Amino acid sequence: MAMKILNALITGLAQGSMIALVALGYTMVYGILKLINFAHSEVFMMGAFIGFFAITALGGKDAPVLAGVGGTLAAMAFAGLLGMIVERIAYAPLRTRGKGKANTRVTPLVTALGMSVLLQNLAQLLFTAQYRGYPQLLPIEDTRKVIFIAAFSVMSALWFVVHKTWMGKAMRALSVNIEAARLMGIRTSRVISITFITGSVLAALGAVLYCLDQSQVYPTMGVVIGNRAFVAAVIGGIGSIPGAMLGGLLIGIIGEMTKLTAYSGLQDVLVFTALIAVLLVKPTGLLGKASIEKV
Amino acid sequence: MLGRRRWVKAIVALGVSALGLFACTPKDAPQKEGAGKDPSAPAAAEPWKVGAYLSLSGAETQFGIETKEGIELAVDEVNKKGGVKGRPVKVFYEDNKSNPQETNNKVLQLVTRDKVVALLGEVASSRSTIGGIVANKHKIPMITSSATAPEVTQIGPFVFRVCFTDDTQGQMGAEFVVKTMGKKRIGILYASDDVYSSGLATQFRDAAKKLGGEIVVEKSFIKTETNFTTYINEIRDAKPELVYAPIYYNAMVPIARQAKAAGMPGSMFVGGDGWDAETLLQDAGEEMEGAYFTNHYAPDVPWPNAQAFLKAYKERFKRDPSSLSSLGYDSAQLLFDAMGRAKGDTPESIRDAIAETKNFAGATGTITIDPNRNADKSIVIVQIKNKKFTYFAAVNDKAQKP
Repeated sequence: MAMKILNALITGLAQGSMIALVALGYTMVYGILKLINFAHSEVFMMGAFIGFFAITALGGKDAPVLAGVGGTLAAMAFAGLLGMIVERIAYAPLRTRGKGKANTRVTPLVTALGMSVLLQNLAQLLFTAQYRGYPQLLPIEDTRKVIFIAAFSVMSALWFVVHKTWMGKAMRALSVNIEAARLMGIRTSRVISITFITGSVLAALGAVLYCLDQSQVYPTMGVVIGNRAFVAAVIGGIGSIPGAMLGGLLIGIIGEMTKLTAYSGLQDVLVFTALIAVLLVKPTGLLGKASIEKV
Repeated sequence: MLGRRRWVKAIVALGVSALGLFACTPKDAPQKEGAGKDPSAPAAAEPWKVGAYLSLSGAETQFGIETKEGIELAVDEVNKKGGVKGRPVKVFYEDNKSNPQETNNKVLQLVTRDKVVALLGEVASSRSTIGGIVANKHKIPMITSSATAPEVTQIGPFVFRVCFTDDTQGQMGAEFVVKTMGKKRIGILYASDDVYSSGLATQFRDAAKKLGGEIVVEKSFIKTETNFTTYINEIRDAKPELVYAPIYYNAMVPIARQAKAAGMPGSMFVGGDGWDAETLLQDAGEEMEGAYFTNHYAPDVPWPNAQAFLKAYKERFKRDPSSLSSLGYDSAQLLFDAMGRAKGDTPESIRDAIAETKNFAGATGTITIDPNRNADKSIVIVQIKNKKFTYFAAVNDKAQKP
C-alpha cells in the first residue's frame, strides 16, 4: 500500500508540475491586469499542435533528441508569438479605449472567452477534429523524469527573472499599481506583452511535455488541462507565482490519489471540493495576499 | 449570421412543404391511381425515393463518409440489377453537419419536401434518436446502420437497426472472455461519464459473473483523462488474467502506451467496437499486439457475402472498407430487400416487410430483425495482429449461417 501511494505521488508530481506550467500563465496575467485570460488554454493547445508538426517534420522517432528539443522550441516560439498577438488584438485596444469607463473588468473577460472559442474553432478548421498521437521519443518513465526536471528548472528560471531582473521588477511594479508604474517611466504595454509571451511560452512547454507523456493532440484538449490549471492558480492564490506552482502540484497529487480509491470516476468532484474547501478557509488562496481593492 | 440564415431556410422549407401538402394531397392521390392504368405514363421508371441523413461534415465527418460509400455501393448494385420491382432507387443524401439541430431539419426536409418512402441513417446513436423520432412521427420506416444504443429502436415501430446493440455486445464480450478464452480473473477499465463505455461495462460485468467469471478489479475514469499510470498500476497489482476495456480508440492509445510501460502487454486487453479505427493501429499498433475486440466486421471475415462486398468496395474506392461502410451497405441492402418483398409501395407496407426480415445475408453476417426491431446477428471477434485488424472468430452462432 505504501508503495502504491508513493508511486501515485510520483506520477502526481509529474502531472502537477505540468499543470503548474500552465497555471503560471493564468496567474501572471491576472497579477498584472486582473484579467482571467481564458484564451490561455487555447494557446496551450496551439502549442501542442505546432510541437506535433515540428517534431514530425524534424524526423520524430528517428532523431529523438533533435526532434524533441527542436519541436519544443518551435512550439514555444509560436505560442509566445500567438500569446502576444492575442493580447495586441483582443485586450490592448479594450484597455486603451475603455480607460475610465465603467465595466473595464467585464468586457476584457468576455473578450477572453470569445478569443478562446475563436482559437478552438480555428484549430478545428485548420487541423480537423481528428485525434493525433505524438511519436514516442522516449520511454514513458524517462519522459516523466524529463518533465519533472524541465518544469522545475523553468520555474526556477522564472522566479529568477521575476525577482532579480529589471523586467521582473517592472512586472511586480505593474501588479502593485499599473498607473503608478506608468508614471515612474515603465513602458507598461511592453511589460504586459512580455508577460503574455512568458506565460504562453511556459504553456507551450507544458503542452509538448504533456503530449509526449500521455495525450494526443486535438482542438478541444485545452479545455481539460486549462480547467485544472485555472483551479490550481486559484487554489494557490491567483496572482502569486509560487502559489500557482504549489496549486499545480496539489491538484496533480489530489488527482492521482483519487485514482487509488473506488471513486476515481469522481475525480473532478474531489478536485473542486478541495478548491471550495481551501477558499472557505482562506479566501485569497493558499499563498495569495489580501490586498486592498484599489478604486 | 449563419445560424439565422439556416433558420430562415428551415422556416421557409417548412412553410413551403406545409403548403405543398395542403395543395397536393387531393391531386396526388388520383394521379397515382391513374398512373397504373395509363400505359403511356412513365410511372414504371419513376425512381424510389430514399432519404439518407448523415454527418458529412463536422466532428464525425469520417464516419458519415464511410457510411455513405457503403450506401452508394448498395444503390449501384441494386440499380444495375434493374432496381426494386423494376423501378430504380434514388437516394437523397443530406448532411446534418454532425449536429442534432440540423438533423431534425434535414430529416423533416427529406420526409415532407422530398417525400421519401424510407430513411437511412445515422452513424451516431444521439442523432439517430432525433431522426428516429421524426421518422416515427411521420410513419416513415428508418434503418440506422450503426447506432448501438439500446434506446434508439425503442422510439417506436418505424425505427430499425442492422447493427447489434451495446447490451448484446457487452454480453457477447463476456461470453468470449469467459467461455471461449477461459479466463476467470477479469479486470474492467471504463469511462464513467460515457454512456457507451459504462453501458458496455455494466452488461459485461453482469454477464461475466453469471458465466462464472470473477471481477478482481474495476477502475473507472473520466472521459477526458489522459494519465492512466495509477489506474494501470492498480489493475496490474490485482493480477487479472485479462482486462475488459470498452473504451473509444482515442483513450485507448495512451492506455496502451502506458500499460506497456507498466509491464502489461496489449494482449491482456479486450475491447468493443469503439476500437475500430485506423488511428489506433497507427499510434499504438505495436502496443496493442494480440488484443481482441468485439466488432461488426473484419476485412478478412470468411463469409462469402462479406468477401463479395469487400471486393466490390476495393474496386471502387481503392482501399479496405471499415465497419461503418459495411454497415451502411447492409442497411441499404436490407431496405431494398424489404422494398422488394413489400405488399405495397407505401412506407407502411415497407415497414412491415422490414419487420419480417429473416436470415438476410448481409456483408456483416446473417441478419434477422427481432420483435424489438433490433438485428439478431453474429458478432465478430477481431484480433490485432501485425498492426492489422484480423478476423478471429464469430460469436452468437444462432444467427450465423454463412
